[in-house]
Amino acid sequence: MKLRIFVTLKPGVLDPQGRAIHHALGSLGFDGVEDVRAGKLIEMEVADSTDDAAIDSMCQKLLANTVIENYRVERL
Amino acid sequence: MKSAVIVFPGSNCDRDLAVALEAVTGTTPTMVWHGDTALPDGVGMVAVPGGFSYGDYLRSGAIAARSPIMHAVVAAAGNGLPVLGVCNGFQVLTEAGLLPGALMRNAGLNFVCRDVALTVENTQNAFAGRYTIGERVTFPVAHHDGNYFADAATLDRIEGEGRVAFRYAEPVNGSARQIAGVVNAGGNVLGMMPHPERKIETAHGGNDGRRLFEGLLATVGA
Repeated sequence: MKLRIFVTLKPGVLDPQGRAIHHALGSLGFDGVEDVRAGKLIEMEVADSTDDAAIDSMCQKLLANTVIENYRVERL
Repeated sequence: MKSAVIVFPGSNCDRDLAVALEAVTGTTPTMVWHGDTALPDGVGMVAVPGGFSYGDYLRSGAIAARSPIMHAVVAAAGNGLPVLGVCNGFQVLTEAGLLPGALMRNAGLNFVCRDVALTVENTQNAFAGRYTIGERVTFPVAHHDGNYFADAATLDRIEGEGRVAFRYAEPVNGSARQIAGVVNAGGNVLGMMPHPERKIETAHGGNDGRRLFEGLLATVGA
């Protein structure tokens, strides 16, 4: 089974990288951009028997730092 | 006092910490590889050094915090053993859950490498007994991810509990409330981005950092 795990900064956490991307888009002339947030996409191949609890535990223990990040799991 | 310095793949301040500890304690620290599962017997403190453990992959300090030796460090910290994390070591200690908050990319996005002025905010911990509250000291910083973040409730709580040990005297990296170093509830775990081990003798351009190790030695005893 293929997993896609999206790790994103929590709302309210300052994202300097997103701000830099936003600024760069502005300097390229893209005026309509109102906000940019940068995150991570982690793709994994796991055994079909891997249950939700195990996936959640992977996210909690390593893949995301829940002090600053949220995560969302997509099964493909 | 016996001490241990943890070495991860990518640590680069481990020997600086060892030199500082040896200069102050008179005893050569034991260098402990990340893959080990136990600390040496009888150590009075553990130091987690700066550097770029595991290439800063995933998040700074994230992989190192899950390495075998860190289970032993977390357990020892829980029993009151002093643990000092500097720079990447601070990131490792937050990722390991020993300290609150997280260290994020510097607000200005630049790597910051220079001497900075700090104010000593609290001396009620295992390390800061040789400083006075409100004193200004100068330590070098060298980091890309030193922007301290915690939610407002956590910040209020640690401030109220006197757990902010050092604060930048000027904006450096966007840190919440200009926090440069924090301690755990027991006061035995200190994490800080600035490098006290790089200011232990006047040949370093200052020796403000030496008293941190002297204060630790006074706490632990020879």
